Amino acid sequence: MHQEFLMGNQAIALGALAAGVRLVAGYPGTPSTEVLETVAKNRQENTYVEWSVNEKSAMEVGAGAAYTGARTMVTMKQVGLNVAADPLMSLEYIGVKGGMVILVADDPGPISSQTEQDTRHFARFSKLPCFDPSTVQEAYDMVQEAFEYSEKYGTPVFFRSTTRVSHGYASIQVKEVEEYKNVEPEGFVKDTKRWVIFPKLSYQAHINIEARNEELAKVFSQYKRNLLLPAGDDCKELKKGIATGGFNYTYVTEAMANLGQLRELKVSTPHPFPEQLAVEFLTGLEEVLCIEELDPVIERELIYIAGKYHLPVKILGKLSHHVKNSGENTRDSVLADIAAFMGRQLPEQGENGQAVPAPELPVRPPVLCAGCPHRASFYAVKKAMQGRKTIFCGDIGCYTMGNAMPLDMVDTCLCMGAGLGIAQGVGHIEPDTSCFAFVGDSTFFAAAIPGVVNAVYNQAEMTLVVLDNSTTAMTGHQPHPGTGHTMMGEVVAKVNIEAVLQGIGVTAVETVNPLDLDKSIEVVRKMAGMPGVKAIIFKYPCIAITKPEGKMAVDIDKCVGCRKCIREIGCPGLIIRDGQVAIDESLCTGCGLCSQICPFEAIGGC
Amino acid sequence: MSKNIVLCGVGGQGTILASKLISAAAMAQGLPVKSAETIGMAQRGGSVFSHIRIGEDAVCPMIAKGTADIILGFEPGETVRMLPYLRQGGLVVVSKRAVMPVTAALSGSNYNGEKMVTYLRSVVERIMVVDTDKACHELGSAKIVNLLLLGAAAASGELGLSVEDIRQAVIDRVPPKFHQLNFSALDYAANLK
Repeated sequence: MHQEFLMGNQAIALGALAAGVRLVAGYPGTPSTEVLETVAKNRQENTYVEWSVNEKSAMEVGAGAAYTGARTMVTMKQVGLNVAADPLMSLEYIGVKGGMVILVADDPGPISSQTEQDTRHFARFSKLPCFDPSTVQEAYDMVQEAFEYSEKYGTPVFFRSTTRVSHGYASIQVKEVEEYKNVEPEGFVKDTKRWVIFPKLSYQAHINIEARNEELAKVFSQYKRNLLLPAGDDCKELKKGIATGGFNYTYVTEAMANLGQLRELKVSTPHPFPEQLAVEFLTGLEEVLCIEELDPVIERELIYIAGKYHLPVKILGKLSHHVKNSGENTRDSVLADIAAFMGRQLPEQGENGQAVPAPELPVRPPVLCAGCPHRASFYAVKKAMQGRKTIFCGDIGCYTMGNAMPLDMVDTCLCMGAGLGIAQGVGHIEPDTSCFAFVGDSTFFAAAIPGVVNAVYNQAEMTLVVLDNSTTAMTGHQPHPGTGHTMMGEVVAKVNIEAVLQGIGVTAVETVNPLDLDKSIEVVRKMAGMPGVKAIIFKYPCIAITKPEGKMAVDIDKCVGCRKCIREIGCPGLIIRDGQVAIDESLCTGCGLCSQICPFEAIGGC
Repeated sequence: MSKNIVLCGVGGQGTILASKLISAAAMAQGLPVKSAETIGMAQRGGSVFSHIRIGEDAVCPMIAKGTADIILGFEPGETVRMLPYLRQGGLVVVSKRAVMPVTAALSGSNYNGEKMVTYLRSVVERIMVVDTDKACHELGSAKIVNLLLLGAAAASGELGLSVEDIRQAVIDRVPPKFHQLNFSALDYAANLK
């Protein structure tokens, strides 16, 4: 053992390696991405790791490996689990031979997601056991235990993390490589009664799963990470308790260190719920406050258990409006909620600066980077379609930020790949609208191809715009099928987007460099005017993976101060310095879009 | 020792390296460390923060309001934003240089860094305002704001880590070609009065 300062996601990765994981597959998504990246960086000789094309593929690749008896892990963010739901739901009926951990990172807030969905519900829905770590050290230790339970009970298990565990850091104790487990897979053994899902098998499997989960509820009541903490001496007479789990356990611990220790239940396995332990916790209490994020999962379980065992205890939390029902909790919100529950005054906080009102603070919204090729692509479409009835259907990625002023080029955004379907749906009802769907290169492979097939087959009228910056930019530049390299470090043939589109039957496909504004506008006008399904591929690499072209400069003798450049494209590299438009040299990449917009030719390269 | 430290600034200013150096220096003293920081979209030009908690009694990596011993402010406006975290009698070490929001040119924002510094001086008892522009100019690099603030904080004694502790963390964590520059920044700030 030795000490390391690790991010939660790194700890989960190293824990999985220590457990002898042989295959890890996933799709990038905040806050889960670093798990797979850390496995790739630290992989052992026999570890296979891949960024799959999407979460469904990752789940299926993981299942296959687990069928052989190998320990496997799949990683994704919470909305990615929706994509993987189909294989997951059936896989639970089939089961696994090697331990299989499904790492899903939830995002209370949400900080960088479309939804505040709660994977603990998915665990109950799919009937999978679920582990919910509260600290970085616990994540490291618990993921190894999760593999053991998975293998022992022949079921995939969820390992549910949240942003503050995944992205928190701590100095923790980790194993030496020599201490890593080595689980040699037996290999796939043919047995159609085991591996082929048929109604008869599913019926029997369902019986077994229900029995197993009843047993697991008992087993988990003894699991050392499900804790029942007694009340402190000063709080015994209160007959009140706190139930919590996951990262919120740390908020609760800190708050009760301040206010006094109530009887406390820490739930580390929200499914199957440790029922016997919960009964012991509830017995003798009059009121319980549940502190959790996302959905009131613990709260509903306790209400159910209180009813089932006729326990005269009130369960409070999100459902009773004692805890806010959306967004992240904080140290301060949990302290205030527990203080109110205990009927205690909040301790003096001693905050600074409240006596004098603060000056107005700067707002710093996320924007497309200076020199981002997406800005040029959006601008070309905007100029080409000016005055026409249009809809611009966006998608998930950096380019969602094309919605910001002054570009204002994202009318809809729903989920990965949805822009294509939405454009088609609008077009079927409003034939006079010119329908565009924008999709990034990684998202194209992950989620857009069936949408293109649908459009071609069903005779839609639409223009697909692929924003190809040759990387998965939003999540930190992961490779994808179009980049020509893999997480195993191999150089492979690139999957060509243009060829894919032509193969599907999109006959009008044109690739253009978005930084050539006139040509781009011309191509958009031409394609938009054609019938059927057309595609434009704007191809230029992300500024973060390429060397800058140089820097632009403003010729102050020619600049008349009209500020058209700033008003039209909103590039952060264009600033006002001493009342004059200027280039921020620390940001400018020399993309030259502004120089093509200036009516006075006052911006040039230098 | 137990310390709560808040670092704040704008994405790209080097708050994350500063946070790693403090954590490394504390761990070298055998102290447990927990931290949390902004990761993701905001890293590009958005408001970013790190919370660092040093000591045995820290369970949660996040800092409660009114309990930070020290705020290392890489930007005056962002420091005002984080001020509710400072405890009574806590120390603020802040760079004088304002970073305009990337949308300032577009929105015609009248964001003024000097106003923020004046405000900070009026409400915080213990404050060190570091003229990082001057220091960067004299030392010939714009990328040393983090070491300047660390040097000033370490020399104040409030960080609980010495300038030498930070220097050792630089040796352990930063590529050798940057050592000399970082040492110059540390020493420059440590000798400010």
